[in-house]
Amino acid sequence: MQRRTLLTGAAALAAAPIAAPISAQAQAAKTKIVLWHALTGANGEEINRLAREFNASQGDYALEAVFKGSYPETLTATIAAWRAGQAPHLAQIYEVGTGSMLAAGKAVKQVWELAKETGLKIDPASYLPAVRGYYSLSDGRMASMPLNSSTGVMWYNKDAFEAAGLDPEKPPTTWAEFHAATVTLRDKWAKPTMAKSGGPDLVAATSSWFAWIQIEQFGAIHNLPFASKSNGFDGLDAELKFNSPAHAKQLQMLIDLSKEGAFKYGGRDAQPDPLFYSGQAAIGFGSSAGRGDIVRNAKFKWAASVIPYDPALTSTPNNTIIGGASLWTMTSPKRMPAEYKGVAAFLQFIGHPDQDMQFHEHTGYVPVTLAGFELAKKQGYYEQAPGADIAIKSLTRGTVTANSKGLRLGRLPEIRNIVYEEVEKALQGQQSAQAALDSAVTRGNKVLREFEKSVRT
Amino acid sequence: MERRTIFPGTWFPILLVLPQLALTAVFFLWPAGQAIWSSTTRADPFGENSFFVGLENFSDLFGDPLYIDSITRTLVFCAAVAMLSMSVALLLAVCADREIRGRGWYRVMLIWPYAVAPAMAAVLWILLMHPQVGLVGAWLNHIGIAWDYKLNDDQAMGMVIVASAWKQVSYNFIFFLAGLQSIPKAVIEAARMDGAKGWLRFRTVVLPLLMPTVFFLIVVNLVYAAFDTFGTIQALTQGGPGKATETLVVKVYRDGVVNLDIGASSAESVVLMIGVIVLTAMQFRFLGKRGEK
Repeated sequence: MQRRTLLTGAAALAAAPIAAPISAQAQAAKTKIVLWHALTGANGEEINRLAREFNASQGDYALEAVFKGSYPETLTATIAAWRAGQAPHLAQIYEVGTGSMLAAGKAVKQVWELAKETGLKIDPASYLPAVRGYYSLSDGRMASMPLNSSTGVMWYNKDAFEAAGLDPEKPPTTWAEFHAATVTLRDKWAKPTMAKSGGPDLVAATSSWFAWIQIEQFGAIHNLPFASKSNGFDGLDAELKFNSPAHAKQLQMLIDLSKEGAFKYGGRDAQPDPLFYSGQAAIGFGSSAGRGDIVRNAKFKWAASVIPYDPALTSTPNNTIIGGASLWTMTSPKRMPAEYKGVAAFLQFIGHPDQDMQFHEHTGYVPVTLAGFELAKKQGYYEQAPGADIAIKSLTRGTVTANSKGLRLGRLPEIRNIVYEEVEKALQGQQSAQAALDSAVTRGNKVLREFEKSVRT
Repeated sequence: MERRTIFPGTWFPILLVLPQLALTAVFFLWPAGQAIWSSTTRADPFGENSFFVGLENFSDLFGDPLYIDSITRTLVFCAAVAMLSMSVALLLAVCADREIRGRGWYRVMLIWPYAVAPAMAAVLWILLMHPQVGLVGAWLNHIGIAWDYKLNDDQAMGMVIVASAWKQVSYNFIFFLAGLQSIPKAVIEAARMDGAKGWLRFRTVVLPLLMPTVFFLIVVNLVYAAFDTFGTIQALTQGGPGKATETLVVKVYRDGVVNLDIGASSAESVVLMIGVIVLTAMQFRFLGKRGEK
């Protein structure tokens, strides 16, 4: 026993003089910053490009971008890592995870906090209001750093419009026009083409991200609350409100169109995307970030348009809300001030107008800074790529209201799944649109109360 | 004739079983203990605030009609998977248990699906059954059968049952084949001499002798259907449409990993763990009895 203590003591003594130069050496070497993200394909390449250029731009920090799976998987991995004291420096968390991250307490260092500690200069006013609002506290301090933001848009197939005798330059702008257009597309394009070619099933319209686009965006556009307390921004005790008669009427219209064979529910989240990309659906609601894939896949003339609105509900439609993700600074027990400095340097780097513009042009996400947008305009990007600014126009339309700022609800991914489940039942004729929304609101409120209980001490 | 080696002393035998005990402790006792503990707490996702709530998670679970639905659904699903995969496997095993040309090749082919990872198998099924791009799915729609497992509860359930059963046929096939081959030829010969043919011989002679294998496989298949089908269901339907294919294990994943409600998810795991313990106990009892005979 004694000998062992002596031995360890000796080892410690022996190690001491060696340890000192090692740490000095480490300080001289670059500080490593780890970023976990969920981007694949062209978007994943873009993150790697940012890392490469950041590392080349300075000599103090080496940023490593690591792909961690889908958005929910990245969130789960980040939380598990934090619990084990191994959190990455930065984590890319999707917008619906924002409510949960804000309740994360000391696990995260919000941007304003980081700025105060490291002297990072961040001017919230330089970010697009619709983007900034989603990731800021009620008083305007920024909580996380916007990275990739998109919004919902309506993609449409110009060839199909032409075949159906519709004006390809005049996409429907109201839901009534949309209804008429889908019926025309079904009768004059889908049915005749299928009868002639015997090819794959064609359908007038489909929608990706059904919960996000047909319910969340619908509310924002028409200034209808998704939840009380400014969609949750003003308190954890918010209650869901998306079962208004207006919401139900909209959902019922889509259900009826689906029954009449003019609308196709193609699955949850992004699953319906291929229906539009392959030309099987003439109108496809989806994320503006799908642009890259559409450019690559679509063998027809296409364009994007702003999501329609209902003039009976509002004469001045609001902005749409964002989707995508932001970067959260994570804490860890042994993290050094130098590491946070590196994080701040990277956040500053990606907010640079030139970087922001490149990210926008390479991915189809919107520029998150106003300067990035101006730069893209000045360089003539929107003349080369017509329609690439639809998402920005959609996000900057009107003034941001309490109902169009975004959603700030804990466990929102779960609520979205509940919406999907109830809508799927309604689409099968098991319940009406109103009943589906009522049931989703009841079940969703239960989730919100659970969340409230779990984060309150 | 029983052979038994007795190791002297106390420490040496313990040393010999230590690796297994260590594995059990690390991969079962520890996580299971954590699950039981978490099932009595309510915590935020980051685990910063965690309070003891006793059995509240369990009372919430059983007070939730959706959870009861999920239990019923799981029972139906397990029964259907076990029945389908076992009956198909038995039929194939009976066919393979003969002198036929290419018997070895035939058997290898039947055992092959067992080696396919669940997620890969699910992708194959999607390529077959997808309503728009799937080989069979698109064809069904083409000939006028409205096939859309993304928006039809029954079709979705049917598909995950078939996909899960298909995966297990190989396993059952191996056991049935072994069981059939262990039936003494003399018994079959005797039955043949007595004039018992085909179905009659199978029902009255072969099947009773095969019953131990059947019971064993029922337990194994139920456990398989309850737990190992997660990959297949998650890749095919993610539990949808609605909650049509959300079995208990899918719900554990949904609540724990996606919704980060650790308390509720742990309570569900504990319920499942009790289920497995009951099934395993039944199996031990049955096999134990057989050993005594």
